[in-house]
Amino acid sequence: MSTETPPEKTLEPTAGVKTRGPELGLAAFLMLLAVLVITDSLRVGIGWADDGPRSGYFPFYIGLLLMASSGTVFVSTLLRWRQPSPVFAEREQLKTVFAMLIPMVVYVGGIALLGIYLSSAVLIGYFMRRYGKFGWPVTAVVSVGVPLAFFLVFERWFLVPLPKGPIERLLGF
Amino acid sequence: MEEISNLLQGFAVAMTLPNLVYMLIGITLGVLIGVLPGLGGANGIAILLPLTFTMNPTSAIIMLSCIYWGALFGGAITSILFNIPGEPWSVATTFDGYPMAQQGRAAQALTAAFTSSFVGALFAVALITFLAPLLAKFALKFGPAEYFAVQLLTFCSFVGMSKEPPAKVIASMMLGFALAAVGMDTVTGQLRMTYGVADLLKGFDFLIAVIGLFGIGEILLTMEEGLAFKGQSARINPRVVLQTWRELPKYWLTFLRSTAIGCWMGITPGGATPASFMSYGVARRMSKDPQSFGKGQIEGVLAPETAAHAAGTSALLPMLTLGIPGSPTAAVLLGGLMIWGLQPGPMLFVEHKDFVWGLIASMYLGNLVGLLVVLTTVPFWAAFLRIPFSVIAPVIIVICAIGAYTVHSSMFDVVMMMVFGVAGYLFKKLKYPMAPLVLALVLGDMAEASFRQSMLLSQGSLSIFWSNPLVGGIAGLAILMLLWPLLGMARGYLKARENRA
Repeated sequence: MSTETPPEKTLEPTAGVKTRGPELGLAAFLMLLAVLVITDSLRVGIGWADDGPRSGYFPFYIGLLLMASSGTVFVSTLLRWRQPSPVFAEREQLKTVFAMLIPMVVYVGGIALLGIYLSSAVLIGYFMRRYGKFGWPVTAVVSVGVPLAFFLVFERWFLVPLPKGPIERLLGF
Repeated sequence: MEEISNLLQGFAVAMTLPNLVYMLIGITLGVLIGVLPGLGGANGIAILLPLTFTMNPTSAIIMLSCIYWGALFGGAITSILFNIPGEPWSVATTFDGYPMAQQGRAAQALTAAFTSSFVGALFAVALITFLAPLLAKFALKFGPAEYFAVQLLTFCSFVGMSKEPPAKVIASMMLGFALAAVGMDTVTGQLRMTYGVADLLKGFDFLIAVIGLFGIGEILLTMEEGLAFKGQSARINPRVVLQTWRELPKYWLTFLRSTAIGCWMGITPGGATPASFMSYGVARRMSKDPQSFGKGQIEGVLAPETAAHAAGTSALLPMLTLGIPGSPTAAVLLGGLMIWGLQPGPMLFVEHKDFVWGLIASMYLGNLVGLLVVLTTVPFWAAFLRIPFSVIAPVIIVICAIGAYTVHSSMFDVVMMMVFGVAGYLFKKLKYPMAPLVLALVLGDMAEASFRQSMLLSQGSLSIFWSNPLVGGIAGLAILMLLWPLLGMARGYLKARENRA
């Protein structure tokens, strides 16, 4: 949550992922996006039509600059490949990040299938049981109460429909 | 004084009962957002924006801007009591705020933080009151070339002022521009970069990006840091408040300096976070007793808080007058204005006088209301942080998902929010700045339109950007900002050579 990241002091190899790998990967991904931008700009035309610049006129240069900047990161990472690279994250840290990320992805899939209310209840319940060591009664109250509160606020008060699934349909919503 | 009468009219608009209620709701939500990790000014407003589509624009912007003030106030609470900055701009507040709390001076630190926030905001609003109409009048003369030059200056300043490597700043910015270009080209009606995917037709909405980058990304980072909330508790009683207030006037120079730094960083797109660090650094350097900083020096709380709030407030000046936001949160507010059909820029001051002056008046009132609210309710907010993270985290994920969905009632947006969330985590870890991405995504279409119009005027010749002193001056300044890192490198190189010799 801080913007001031501490200076990289952990240069000795530890049980963690080094920065250079993700650095190279992200730069490569951005370069790939740049290729997509450039090719599509070329497709719609980067020159002039009778009535002015074509659609690809502006994005083409954006693509070129994206390519140049991410290319710079890519090449400079490769050049420094042999030098000691600071740790990106410890294995333990990565484990907790994935422990968070995977339920999130499952949750998003769940919204599409089961609707947002049921999935939210499951997500909150899972976290409370898995990480909070809460008893079943408290878990049940919070994980049902929070989605119910959202239901009242959105569907009743603001009249904004949220994705619903088979359960809500059974209840007649 | 035309501004004064306009401002009084604005107070008449802002002082109605419903608007005061919205103000109170906004401040309360804002403090809550500021206190909770993973929710901040930018994504908090992004999530709540769809709910205001049906409100009248003046009330809506009053509520949303009050959320912003609330978030600015709220960040200080967690910094001082828990040593956890609720917002990036309150990181510098932890340096001296938390030691003060540990010494049992939490109430004093909080009072000082809130009051200095208020003072910073007040100066910045006064600046907006008198400078905004002038700037707007001046900007009425702007043609497309001048607009593009100002936008160029905004983006080049990012390169010049960021701590991050220039290549990464530019990459992040260009990614924003590229994402903004996806979908229908508004000029020719041509589809761009959709590659046949129907969901991409409407393009990428910056609200989704903001919710993902700042919300989900932040949750992942917080998880990695392994949060344990252990904090000091505090209750502010009136005696301590009065005592602290009596003490504050002797720091007038710190206030003045921090406000100046904050306003400057807010108007140029430096933003509140660098402003607070810079102000803290300057206060320490200028102090007679620099050793006491970091050990509970009250000036170490005053300086960053004043600057952060002044920067956060003055970021709205270029947003209103030129349509160029000075911070991600201002960018989200700008997006809101466009959704309500109000085109930010100089014409706003001519065509929607009531709206503009109502908003400016609400800044005075909102900050006053905010100060009173936070001073009286601190124990209540501190209690929020005692809720275990295992409950807060999934609830924030749910809120982000709902926020992303309600923008267009689209499931694709929720998926994109996750993608932006992972991107936000990687960007933060690999030191790519996120503010340029968000600003480019918001301003992309406008920048492209003004660039194309300029090119039409000049038949494709770039010489239009130095065709008169005004546009040439702005463009020249932009180039200077762009080359600033090179100058720094050259200086470092020369110094190294000198040292060797």
